Amino acid sequence: MNAKTLTRSLWVFHVACSPCNNCDIEILDTLTPRYDLERFGIQLVGSIRHADVLLVSGVVNKKIVSRLKRLYAQAPKPILVVAVGNCACSEILFRNSYNTCGPVDKIIPVDAYIPGCPPKPEAMIMGVVKLIRSMTQKSDNKSK
Amino acid sequence: MKLLFEFIVFPGFVFTAVFGMLVSWIDRKVTARIQWRQGPPFLQPYYDFQKLLIKETTIPETANTFTFLLSPLVAIISTTIVSLILWKTIFNPQSLFVGDLIVVIYLLAITPIAVILGASSSGNPIASLAASREMKLFMSYELPFILSIIVPIIKLHTIRLGDIILYQQTSGMVINSISGIIAFAVFLIAIQAKLGLVPFDMAEAETEIAGGVFIEYSGMPLALHKLNRIMLLFIIPIFAIILFLGGMYPLYIGLLKYLVILVIIILIRNTNPRVRIDQAIKFFWRSCMILSVLALILAMIGK
Ligand code: SF4
Repeated sequence: MNAKTLTRSLWVFHVACSPCNNCDIEILDTLTPRYDLERFGIQLVGSIRHADVLLVSGVVNKKIVSRLKRLYAQAPKPILVVAVGNCACSEILFRNSYNTCGPVDKIIPVDAYIPGCPPKPEAMIMGVVKLIRSMTQKSDNKSK
Repeated sequence: MKLLFEFIVFPGFVFTAVFGMLVSWIDRKVTARIQWRQGPPFLQPYYDFQKLLIKETTIPETANTFTFLLSPLVAIISTTIVSLILWKTIFNPQSLFVGDLIVVIYLLAITPIAVILGASSSGNPIASLAASREMKLFMSYELPFILSIIVPIIKLHTIRLGDIILYQQTSGMVINSISGIIAFAVFLIAIQAKLGLVPFDMAEAETEIAGGVFIEYSGMPLALHKLNRIMLLFIIPIFAIILFLGGMYPLYIGLLKYLVILVIIILIRNTNPRVRIDQAIKFFWRSCMILSVLALILAMIGK
C-alpha cells in the first residue's frame, strides 16, 4: 500500500555530485515536454524536504561526500535513491583517482541504477518505470 | 451539530478540497496541453496529497515548532470559512450577516500572513528571504485588490454578499459597465498574485529560491499548505463571480462563468514569465492602482 502511494507521485530532487554535466543535461532533457514525465506524476522539486527520489549523478569526491550524506539524512523518509550515469553507478574511468570516495552505493543505499554515459532520456524513464514496478510488486508479495 | 457538518463536509472542508483537486487537475491538464504534452492522470492531485501524508514530517532544529506547525492549520481553517460563507450566500442569499464581504476580505488576507509566519519561523535563511518577498507582494497587490472590490460596493450600495447577488439579478451585472470591466481586470491580476501563480510566484520560485516559503515543510504540513493553495484556486473565481458576474444561478451558466475565469487564470499563468519583486510592486502600485482608482471614480459618477 505504502509503495503504491509513494510511487504514484514521485517528486524528484536532483543531486549533482560533480558530474561532467552531460548527465545533468540529459536529466533536464527528460523533464522537457517531449518526454512528459508528469504523465507518471513525476515532478522536479527545488527543496530536499519535498523530495521522494534523490537523483544522483556524477562521481562522489571528497568535497561532496559529506554533503551527499547530509542530504540523505535531511530527506524525509521513505526516500528512494537513483544513480544516474556510469559515474554514479561504478565510477568508470575515475575509479582509482586520488579524490573519489567510491560509487554512490558505497555511501548511501541505492534503489536503482541507470547506466550510460550519459543515459538517454528513454533509458532514464525506463529505469524509473522499472523501479516503480519492482516496488509495487514487492509490496504486493508482502501483502499476499 | 449542523454547523459542524457544514464546516467539515458541505460546503466546508471536504467539499472545497475535493473540488479544489478537480480544479487543480484542470489547471495542470490545460497547462500540459498548452505545452503540447499529455499531462497528469485525473487523480494526480489526490495522489500527491496522499503521498505527502505518508511522508515523514521533519521540523528543523532552528524552527519555532509551534508557529511552524500552526501556520498551515490557520491558513486552511480561514480558507474553509471563506468557502463556507461564499457557498452559503450562493445557496441562500439572505442567510448571512451584514458586512460578510469585509470578513471574507480579511480571511483571504490570513493565508499570506500564515505563510509568512510559517516561513519566517522555520529558521531557514532562504525561507526568510521568501517571506520578505511574500510580504512585499502582499502589500503591493492588496490595495488594488480591495479598491477593485469597492467598485461593486459603490455601484450596488451594499456590503452584504447576498444583496450583491440579488441586486445584480435585478439591475444587471457589475461587469456590464466601464468601471466594472476595469475593476474586474484589476481583480483578475490581483488574484493571480494572491494565488501565487506564475507572473507573481517569486515567493515560491522553485528555480531560484528552491520552493521559497515552503522550503522547510515536508509531509503533513506541506500537504496542508498545498491543499490550501488548491482550495483557494477553487474558491477565488467564485468570489469573482459573486462580485462581478452576478452569482452562480442558473447553475450551468454559473459553471460556464467559472470555467471562463479559470481558463483566463491558467492562460495568464502559462503565457507570462516570472517578474522580479520590484517590477511586481511597480506594476501593482502604478498601473493597477491608477486603473482601479479610475474605475472607482467612474463608478462614483455612475458609469
Ligand atoms: S556518466 Fe558520463 S556523462 Fe554522466 S557524469 Fe559521468 S562522465 Fe559525465
